[in-house]
Amino acid sequence: MKALEEKSCPAISNHVKVALVGQPNVGKSMLINSVSNAHLQVGNFSGVTVDKTEVLFDYENYNFTVVDLPGTYAFTDYTIEERVTRDYLCAENYDIIINVVDSTNLAKNLQLTAELLTMSKKVVIALNMSDEARKEGVEIDAQYMSELLGVSCVKVSAVTKEGIGELIKAVIGEFVNPKDDAKLIFSEPVEEEISNIVAYLQKHRYVAINSYRNIAINLLKNNKKTYEKLHDDPIWTELQPILIEASKHIELHHDSDDIKESFAEEYASFNRGIVAEVVKQKVEIEKKTLTEKIDNVLIHPIYGIPIFLFFMWSLFQLTFEIGAIPMDYIDAFFGWFGDTIGATIDNDDIRSLIVDGIIAGVGAVVLFVPNIIILFIGIALLESTGYMSRVAFLLDGFFHKFGLHGQSFIPLVTGFGCSIPAYMSARILKNDRDRLLTLFIIGFMSCGARLPVYVLFAGAFFGPQMAGNILFIIYISGAMLGLIAAKVLKLTAFKGVSEPFVMEMPKYRLPSVKLVWHTVLTKTMMYLKKAGTFIAGASMLIWFLSNYPHNAILAKEYATKIQSAVDETGKVALRNKLAESLLEQSYLGTIGKFSEPIFAPLGFDWKMSVALQTGLAAKEVVVSTLGVLYALGADVDEENNSLVNAISKNFSFPSAVAFIVVIMIYLPCLAASVVFTREAGGIKYFFYLFIFTSLVAYGLAFIAYNVTKIIV
Amino acid sequence: MKKLLQCQKGDKVKIVKLNAETELKQRLISFGLMKEVEVEVLEQAPRKKTIEIKVGKTRIALRAEEAELIEVQEL
Repeated sequence: MKALEEKSCPAISNHVKVALVGQPNVGKSMLINSVSNAHLQVGNFSGVTVDKTEVLFDYENYNFTVVDLPGTYAFTDYTIEERVTRDYLCAENYDIIINVVDSTNLAKNLQLTAELLTMSKKVVIALNMSDEARKEGVEIDAQYMSELLGVSCVKVSAVTKEGIGELIKAVIGEFVNPKDDAKLIFSEPVEEEISNIVAYLQKHRYVAINSYRNIAINLLKNNKKTYEKLHDDPIWTELQPILIEASKHIELHHDSDDIKESFAEEYASFNRGIVAEVVKQKVEIEKKTLTEKIDNVLIHPIYGIPIFLFFMWSLFQLTFEIGAIPMDYIDAFFGWFGDTIGATIDNDDIRSLIVDGIIAGVGAVVLFVPNIIILFIGIALLESTGYMSRVAFLLDGFFHKFGLHGQSFIPLVTGFGCSIPAYMSARILKNDRDRLLTLFIIGFMSCGARLPVYVLFAGAFFGPQMAGNILFIIYISGAMLGLIAAKVLKLTAFKGVSEPFVMEMPKYRLPSVKLVWHTVLTKTMMYLKKAGTFIAGASMLIWFLSNYPHNAILAKEYATKIQSAVDETGKVALRNKLAESLLEQSYLGTIGKFSEPIFAPLGFDWKMSVALQTGLAAKEVVVSTLGVLYALGADVDEENNSLVNAISKNFSFPSAVAFIVVIMIYLPCLAASVVFTREAGGIKYFFYLFIFTSLVAYGLAFIAYNVTKIIV
Repeated sequence: MKKLLQCQKGDKVKIVKLNAETELKQRLISFGLMKEVEVEVLEQAPRKKTIEIKVGKTRIALRAEEAELIEVQEL
């Protein structure tokens, strides 16, 4: 009653904490987005939400906190994500569970619902995707279902936003009213044992918050917490034999020695009853669903893999072909922008800092935004259509040979976009060894930030018609190297049995334009933000290191030489020489010269050595470093001052190949390394990764350099 | 007893027993693979390394090793 009074008083706002729970891929995150206009990431495969996320919003005079939990098939701790969900539901404080279920597949979803109903928490069921269900001829009687289960069931659709208001109202209704026991009915033997235990508890007037029935169910289910509570109570001694008898009885009935299996079967038969009562399936003609038709082609035993390879090849072709179109304009824009800004600055040092340092550095990174956008669109399509799981299915046999898991494919392909979410999504792998192995080779999948380096070099050494193919070859060979590395690691560091492969294949869905657009926009903005902040800062630092200490004597010496030079070409050559000498004796030159001997066997000069080292911070910095170094250095020809030309002029082909090999393999960026360390569970793994990738990168680059030298 | 792995594409069978160890058994059950349930074999990857089955309305991919653990009966 108190709660009701509060509701009538608008001055007091109530705080409702909601836990959003459901099986994977039922649209939990999308539902939150619809309810609160938040922008959580969504995909069409299980394991997009790997950690809990909180979203806050207001409705009337209630403050809602919704916690989006990773999808879980059952109340187990099979994977890390499932552990996150279970731990939250068991240990944290929250008021209500919203159980999101897929209306098109109610029987399967209710399996988790049944488990939630035994938890003695308030539950509201959101029958999501009701628009899709209607299309498939599935009609659910939500009213009747609410009566049968004893909890509110509301039809909603995160896509069309129908029923969202009713859902919130149902949650508020549940919040203000006292909790009712859900009506979960079991088979006769179980019901008999429940009433035995309830009778015993009544007889002894056991004091508890939860109903006796609820306690009895949890005792039969072997719920640890309930056991712990009763274990210290004097009634335990008499209760124990009753429980042992009850378990025997139930196990006998189910012909199983596994009480969890027995309960799963109990839930399943209860759910079959519910579904039979509330779901009306319009007579379905025995025809293949669209998904099955598509699957006949896409996961065909013979054509499946070639089709997949074709998709990937097309993606990289498009990335280069279409991405190249706006590049000239962007390049020209930054050139013009630098000149215009430069003209307004009198001080030589400041002008150089702004034009050669910041604008050149950031410009070199922004240049690749079109390529990045296309790559991200490709990955977003892969994620949102449901094709990702098919590829996992196709590749599992192949992956398994290399000691990997079919589901490793999901983090690995995410790694083509960015290593950070890839490291996080490796959580779908349950087995720690399998997960660590996947974590170690994610870096072999070239991330979006490495794309600029590849595009730059492919453009510098190959004609535009070949560049797309070169890009594809780089990515594929990176992936192949990853597989070989996996095999080596599996045979050495991560020996042991591999994880079983049981995976749901989601229905194909047409990706919503809004969703793809949103995902791509967020990721691109992140890239641009990085260019504007981190990369700009790094460019400034590199500019400083390459310009200082100033050597006045050297400058003076050359100044007289230049004056005495006879013709214009001689003057240009001398100016060129001056710039180069100044760069060599700068801080950056010193670092480069110092590390040059290490990289000399790979055919790198000191500029390349420096670029690789700055690349440890972020791969985009490699490009901006090259931009700063070559803008200041050798190139004085005003007609074609673009970086591509500088690269093709200054790099020999074999050393360029070796350079690409190092970029492909060595440590991903600083941020990714931090996430890796966290996901792998210790700093020692970071050192292993560092040593492993550095050795492999160096060794393979050495081989690549020498082999190319012989061939070319 | 017939194993799920021995079934051919298009076969419809009923699960009789799960021979998996507890953890994997839980996993199979949470996907809806339990006794008395009917499944249909939809697709097989090359050399039967992985198979795709249908349980109710759910499509599930299994590796050969796991399909070997599921005992089935012709309908």
